[in-house]
Amino acid sequence: MHGAVDFPLLSMLVLVPAIGSLLVALSPRRRPEYAKLIATVTSVGVGAMSVWMLRAFDSHSGGFQFVSRHPWIESWGISWHLGVDGISLFLVVLTGVLFPLAIVGIDPHNDDPRRDKPYFAWLLLLEAGVMGSFVSLDLFLFFVCFEIVLVPMYFLIGGWGYEGRVGAATKFFLYTMLGSAFMLVSILATVFIASANGLGRITFDLVELAEGASFAASTGRWLFFGFAIAFAVKVPVFPLHTWLPDAHTQAPTAGSVVLAGVMLKLGTYGFLRFGLYLFPEAARWSRPLWLTLAVIGIIYGAIAATMQGDLKRLVAYSSVAHLGFIVLGTFAFTSQAITGSVMQMVNHGVSTGALFLMVGMIYERRHTRQIADLRGLQHVAPVFAAAFTVVMLSSIGVPGLNGFVGEYLILIGSFLTARWWVVVAATGVILAALYLLWAYQRVFHGEPDEENRSFPELRWKEGLVLLPFIGIIVFTGIYPKPMLERIEPAVHDLIEHVSDRTGYVEPQPAAISIDDEHGEGE
Amino acid sequence: MPEQFIAPSIDWFALSPYLVMVAGALGLLVVGALTPRWPRGLYSLVSALTATSAGVLAVFIWNDVAESGPGTLVGGALSHDAFAQFVTIAVCAATALVALVTDAEVRGTVLEGPEIHALLLTAATGAMVMGASNDLIVLFLGLETLSLALYVLAASERTAAGQEAGMKYFILGGLASAVFLYGIALLYGGARSTNLGEIVARFQSTVALERNDSLVLAGLALLIVGLGFKVAAAPFHVWSPDVYQGAPTHVTAFMASVGKAAAFAAMLRVLVIALPFHRDDWRPVIWVLAIASLVIGSTLAVVQTDVKRMLAFSSVSHAGFLLVGVEAAGHRAGEQISGDGLESVLVYLALYSVLVVGTFSIVAVVSRHAGGSTDISVFAGLGRRRPVLALALTVLLLAQAGVPLTSGFVAKWGVIQSAVAERSYAIAIIAMVSAVIAAFLYLRIMVSAWLADPSEVEPEPVPAMTGVAIALAAAVTLVVGVYPELLLGWTDAVSNFAR
Repeated sequence: MHGAVDFPLLSMLVLVPAIGSLLVALSPRRRPEYAKLIATVTSVGVGAMSVWMLRAFDSHSGGFQFVSRHPWIESWGISWHLGVDGISLFLVVLTGVLFPLAIVGIDPHNDDPRRDKPYFAWLLLLEAGVMGSFVSLDLFLFFVCFEIVLVPMYFLIGGWGYEGRVGAATKFFLYTMLGSAFMLVSILATVFIASANGLGRITFDLVELAEGASFAASTGRWLFFGFAIAFAVKVPVFPLHTWLPDAHTQAPTAGSVVLAGVMLKLGTYGFLRFGLYLFPEAARWSRPLWLTLAVIGIIYGAIAATMQGDLKRLVAYSSVAHLGFIVLGTFAFTSQAITGSVMQMVNHGVSTGALFLMVGMIYERRHTRQIADLRGLQHVAPVFAAAFTVVMLSSIGVPGLNGFVGEYLILIGSFLTARWWVVVAATGVILAALYLLWAYQRVFHGEPDEENRSFPELRWKEGLVLLPFIGIIVFTGIYPKPMLERIEPAVHDLIEHVSDRTGYVEPQPAAISIDDEHGEGE
Repeated sequence: MPEQFIAPSIDWFALSPYLVMVAGALGLLVVGALTPRWPRGLYSLVSALTATSAGVLAVFIWNDVAESGPGTLVGGALSHDAFAQFVTIAVCAATALVALVTDAEVRGTVLEGPEIHALLLTAATGAMVMGASNDLIVLFLGLETLSLALYVLAASERTAAGQEAGMKYFILGGLASAVFLYGIALLYGGARSTNLGEIVARFQSTVALERNDSLVLAGLALLIVGLGFKVAAAPFHVWSPDVYQGAPTHVTAFMASVGKAAAFAAMLRVLVIALPFHRDDWRPVIWVLAIASLVIGSTLAVVQTDVKRMLAFSSVSHAGFLLVGVEAAGHRAGEQISGDGLESVLVYLALYSVLVVGTFSIVAVVSRHAGGSTDISVFAGLGRRRPVLALALTVLLLAQAGVPLTSGFVAKWGVIQSAVAERSYAIAIIAMVSAVIAAFLYLRIMVSAWLADPSEVEPEPVPAMTGVAIALAAAVTLVVGVYPELLLGWTDAVSNFAR
């Protein structure tokens, strides 16, 4: 295999941040600057490794690459099994890139520099957990990583957030843990039932389970729902989303960026990797439910976002809507739609991450996030406004920027298999323009009043942090091909797997290749 | 009837852990009484060393058992198997940790001296006997040795709350012992023996005939009530919050670790090992007790404001988790391939014992500094005053909540795994959901420690030996959490028990 180098790249991606976190925790208390230094070096190193992986990735293969496998808990049939394919590749890279930006670019929201140390330690531990979730191919290992991310996030929100932080952090922790409770039982049941039906031995290995086990339809459905509850809470799918606006609003800026950027994707990624792959029949069977909830989420998120007076809450609700699109594409079961979903996971991470970042900058300057308190910022900070415009347009899904490509692929791909749902969902695109443009108008247009007149312009450092975001937004908007051609083989294999298992035949439209569509994108 | 009494042959080495513990207790009492006051900390060190050496001896005996296979000792009174050695090791480890913590707790009070340590070692011996007993009467002896020592320990602090706790524990514990003894009597009536091996043999030989089970069933019911009280399973848990709260913190730690481990070991001996032929009778009862303990324990824990009471209720919910494992063990009890239920319960017990001692040690340090108060508000700002202590508390609480990479997760995973393997899905889901409810309580303590404004600015002193105990507990929690194979690699043997 092309990617099978001796260097245990994926293990390093998981372990280096974990070790970095430990080092930060052990660094001297009186020298908080060491903490930031260690955190910076570690996260930049991980980012570099992930980008290197992107280069070394074989774009023609749909299988798992860079696989590393070691026994871990042999008595229970659990191994340290990592691998990456087109579905997880860009999420890993996004994680690798987002964390250094959050660590270097965003000041921890605290008054006492000595509290920097735990802040960076938690962030690095969070990175290890998120990385681990994206690359693990063992159900136990995945569960461990999926669950462990709650702890650092809990402390980040609770320790460095805003007014209502403790309540929001607790709600976040308990909600997600409740979902995981069902998943844990489901994982165990999957393993034992699989060993009784076909596998003949206890193993937690995802690939072995997916390829070797067969479940009776009703059993598979129960098991699938155990997993699905955990993922639906994490995404979050309407009506399990109520933790999200609170967690986002109360989290410190870096927390919101990471939460929106990569953590919500644990849910949508989980649906693809564990839901569809392990239980194709159940996923197909429950399609109408997920499509409906996704569409409700799109419309509801958009309407709720329109009504928000708090800029951060608005972005949070817009996340509910965007993730609805991703779920829609996932359960449309066409290559195009799923490719679009995978791409949209990354796009949403970049654009919403950048939005949270800029809302954080506004709060830092004005100490308010209320739209009503802000006006006319365009006059005093034109560069800031321009950057905000680009990010906002990407989030709306304007052609030429990344958001368009993903959303377009999802809608066109889903149209074949879920026509009426798409018809409703498409109005969500219009609503997105409504709530974001309206908010932009209220915040940036008009004459600045006394308090907003002194709003400082974008600083160099802030600009440098935003630059990668805007770079990705524009590049993938104009030239999505390199990204799509890496995602497609894996998605193709997944659809093939579903077809093998369920006899489902993917409808073939009058060929719409990526290149045509990208042409429209310009 | 034999004409003359034939003394059973005695394998002295196999009894050495008990002998060491008893010798340690007597030695402390006698030598302590005859000599002037020892230098500070020495009493604790001696009793911790005694417990440690008993534990180490148990490891050697385990090796013997592994070579020669399980058997019985002293004419069938005690079992000579890996199960017994595992319980002994867990009890000794917890006792050693408690002994270390006790030093600072009694220093400067009238209790400073050898007596309290002698009581600890005696109680631990009783617990070890319970875990190894192969005869219901011996089991009762162990239970009483443990309980009588614990009654005294619970009342050892001369405060109103301490006295109340001791009295309550004594009266309710005495009642439970009586019920338990009556259960033994009825079971004897039905099975014509108190020896576990003979009980099993009797049911094996009288299967097909029309059985009159009423005596056995009545005895079984009473035994479950008695054991349910000792493990603090709902609805027999009502004594535990008051007693846990009122007893001195180091005694509470001992009760929650050693007391619970011994009682569960006894439960496994009686139900899984002695009465597998009635598994369909007792398993539904355990199912109900498990659910009740899980739900009542975790929901009532959430509304408490006193940390010791919280932990008491949380220990009820942990008992529920352990019962989930017992229930799983009940599905195939007595069969050749009996599943992982028994093993998972023992692993849970060992890990929980260490966890809970560590947690209560921190409570002891903090509450001492706050003048004995254990209200949750005294934990406020612990993260500012004592970051390392707060970190250890966080690790231990996260483990109690069952967060991955801690031993608590390994323990929970084990019991849920054995339940799911037996297709007890309902109980597994209820257990996990109640773990989420219970997590709220641990979060509350963590919020107080890290995120609340300090009520106190002076950092609490951490006595050296208590610090060592806390560090050991936290280290075990993390190491087993990250690499559980260390423990699981050798627990397979425990299901090969003697009777």
